[in-house]
Amino acid sequence: MKIAVLIKQVPDTETQISAKISGNKINESGIKWIVSPFDEHALEEALRIREKHKAEVVAISLGPDRVQEAIRTAYAFGVDKGLHIRDTSYNTLDIFYTANVLAAVLKKENPDVILTGHIAIDSQSSMVPAMIAQILGIPNINNAIKVEIQNSKVKVTREIEGGIADVETELPVVITATKKLNEPKYPTLKGILAAKKKNIEVIEVDTLGLNIPRIQIISIEPPPPRPPGRIIDGETPEAKAKELVRLLREEAKVI
Amino acid sequence: MSVITIAELKNGSLKKISKELVSAGRKLQDQVTAILINGTEQHSQELFQAGADNVVKIDGKEYSAEAWANIITAVAKEKSAKVILIPHSILGKDYAGRVAIQLGANIIADVVEIKGNIESIQVKKPIYSGKAFANIQVPTPIVVTIRPNTQELIENYQGPKNLEVKVIDEGNVKAKLTNIQQVEAGKIQLTEASIIVSGGRGIKGPENWPVLQALADVLGAALGASRAAVDAGWIDHSHQVGQTGKTVSPNLYIACGISGAIQHLAGMGSSKIIVAINKDPDANIFKVATYGVVDDLFKVVPAMTEEIKKLYGIS
Ligand SMILES: Cc1cc2nc3c(=O)[nH]c(=O)nc-3n(C[C@H](O)[C@H](O)[C@H](O)COP(=O)(O)OP(=O)(O)OC[C@H]3O[C@@H](n4cnc5c(N)ncnc54)[C@H](O)[C@@H]3O)c2cc1C
Repeated sequence: MKIAVLIKQVPDTETQISAKISGNKINESGIKWIVSPFDEHALEEALRIREKHKAEVVAISLGPDRVQEAIRTAYAFGVDKGLHIRDTSYNTLDIFYTANVLAAVLKKENPDVILTGHIAIDSQSSMVPAMIAQILGIPNINNAIKVEIQNSKVKVTREIEGGIADVETELPVVITATKKLNEPKYPTLKGILAAKKKNIEVIEVDTLGLNIPRIQIISIEPPPPRPPGRIIDGETPEAKAKELVRLLREEAKVI
Repeated sequence: MSVITIAELKNGSLKKISKELVSAGRKLQDQVTAILINGTEQHSQELFQAGADNVVKIDGKEYSAEAWANIITAVAKEKSAKVILIPHSILGKDYAGRVAIQLGANIIADVVEIKGNIESIQVKKPIYSGKAFANIQVPTPIVVTIRPNTQELIENYQGPKNLEVKVIDEGNVKAKLTNIQQVEAGKIQLTEASIIVSGGRGIKGPENWPVLQALADVLGAALGASRAAVDAGWIDHSHQVGQTGKTVSPNLYIACGISGAIQHLAGMGSSKIIVAINKDPDANIFKVATYGVVDDLFKVVPAMTEEIKKLYGIS
C-alpha cells in the first residue's frame, strides 16, 4: 500500500499579517513557517495506517524552496519519502492550479490513500482535496474523525452538519483530517536531526507540461478597522447587563 | 447564460445562505437559477422572493459529494452557467471543487463580497483566517463558495417565477453513506449562526456551560468555545472558534471569559457586533469588542439572560 500525504506550508499562527502586506503579496521576510496544523493530523494518520498495514508514506508539498522545511518536518514525523514540487511563482489562493498540479503528480505516484488536512489555515479554501478526487476519478471523504482500512475497502466516520456519518468506499480515496482524527506524536530531537539528512525528491513544476489558467490577485488589504468599542458603565453587574441589553437592542439592533 | 445557485436545507427548512446566494446572484445582473435538491414548493417560493428567476427542483437524491456535483454540473451545462454560487458550508466544501473540475472552471472559496457581471467578476475573500483580505479578479466561468451571513437579502423580488421539475441521473457514486447519527439535531450550526455565545477558560469548568447555554437559548444562539476550553475537554472540538477551529461571521458574538488570543480573534474578528465579558480590563478581546463589560461573567451572563427574557416576554 502507498499513502500520499499532502502538506502545505503556512505562516505560523502568531504571524501579524497586516504589517506584512505589500500590494498584492505578503512580504515573507521574518515569517516563521509551519506545516498547516490539520496536515499534521493527516501525517499522523498515515503513520498509524502504516503501523497496521504494510505501507510506504510519501509527503508531498508544492511551493518555492522554503517548503522543503515542511518536508523535513514530515521526515521528522517519520514519513518514508519527501517530494517537493518546486514552483517559485506559487500563489496560495490559486486552488484550481494547485489541485491540477498535485493531481498530475499523484497520477504518477499512484497512491491507494491520499490524506491531507480538511483546511489550510492560510487560503482557508477546503476545496483542493475534492478537486483532486474529481480529477483522479476517485471518491473523497472529508472531515474524517476515524479511518479504518480493510483490504481494498475503507470505512470513514466523518463530521457532517450537526452530527457524524459513516461512509464506505473502495480504495483509492482522498480523505481529509480534522483535529478529532488523532493526537499527533510530535517529532523527537533525534527524529529532527535525522530528517535533516534525508533526500528530498524535487519535481520542477514546468516539467509537468500543464497549461492551467491562473487567477489574478489585485490587492491584499488589512481587515476593515473596527469602530472603537465602548466599555459599559454601571454600579453592579446587573446594571451593566441591563445597559448592554438595551444597547444591543436599541443601538446595534442585533437582538 | 446564467448565474446558478445551490440551495441547501437543514431540518426541512431552507438555510438562510440559500437565499443569500440568490440575492447575491441578482447583483450580477443576469438570470438567476437556483438548484433545489429534495426541496418543496414552499422552498421554491422562498427562493423566488429572494431573487431567483428560475428554480430547478430535483427530487429523491441522497446526499453524496459525487452525486450532487454531477447533478449541479448537468444543470450548469444545460443553462450555460457562467457563475455558480455555492454555500461555503460543510456540504458545499464537499462538492464545489468537483463541480469546478467538471466544468473546467476556476474556483474561489470562502468569499464575502462579490461584484461585476457575468463576463468578469471581482470577489473579496478573507485569508490567513481573517487577518487579511484578498481582492481577486476572475474571468468566468467561475465557481464561488460564499460564506454564510455575508450577503444582504432581497426581501420581495418580483421577477419571473419559472419552476422546473427535473430528473437527473446522479451517475455512479463510489462513496456510500451507511449510517448517519445526528448528535445535535435541530441545533443551530456555528458557522451559519447569526448569534453566538462563546465561552473560554474563564468559565472555569464544563459544569458551567448551562450558564452560557441559558443565554444562548433565549437568543436562539449557537454555542462557541475557545481552544483552551476545548483542549481542557470541557466541550467537543466542533465548537472551537478560531484559526484552527471554525471561522464565524455572526451579527453578534458574545465572548465570555475569553482573553482574545490572536488565533481566537482570527476566527471571530469579522463578527458584526462583538461583546466581551471579562474580569480583566486589559484583556486583548476588548481591543476588538464593540461593547465591553469588565466584570465577573457568572454575574453578568445570568443577568443578561433575565433581562432578555423580560424583553422578549419569556417567563
Ligand atoms: C497553533 C495554535 C492554534 C491555535 N488555535 C486556536 C483557535 O483556533 N481558537 C482559540 O480560541 N485558540 C487557539 N489557540 C490558543 C490561543 O493561543 C489561546 O491559548 C486560547 O485562545 C486561550 O483561550 P481562552 O481565552 O479561553 O483562555 P485564557 O487565555 O486563559 O483566558 C481566559 C480569560 O477568562 C477571563 N476570566 C477568568 N475568569 C473570569 C470570570 N469569572 N469572569 C470573566 N472573565 C473571566 C480571564 O481574565 C482571561 O482573560 C491556538 C494556539 C496555537 C499555538
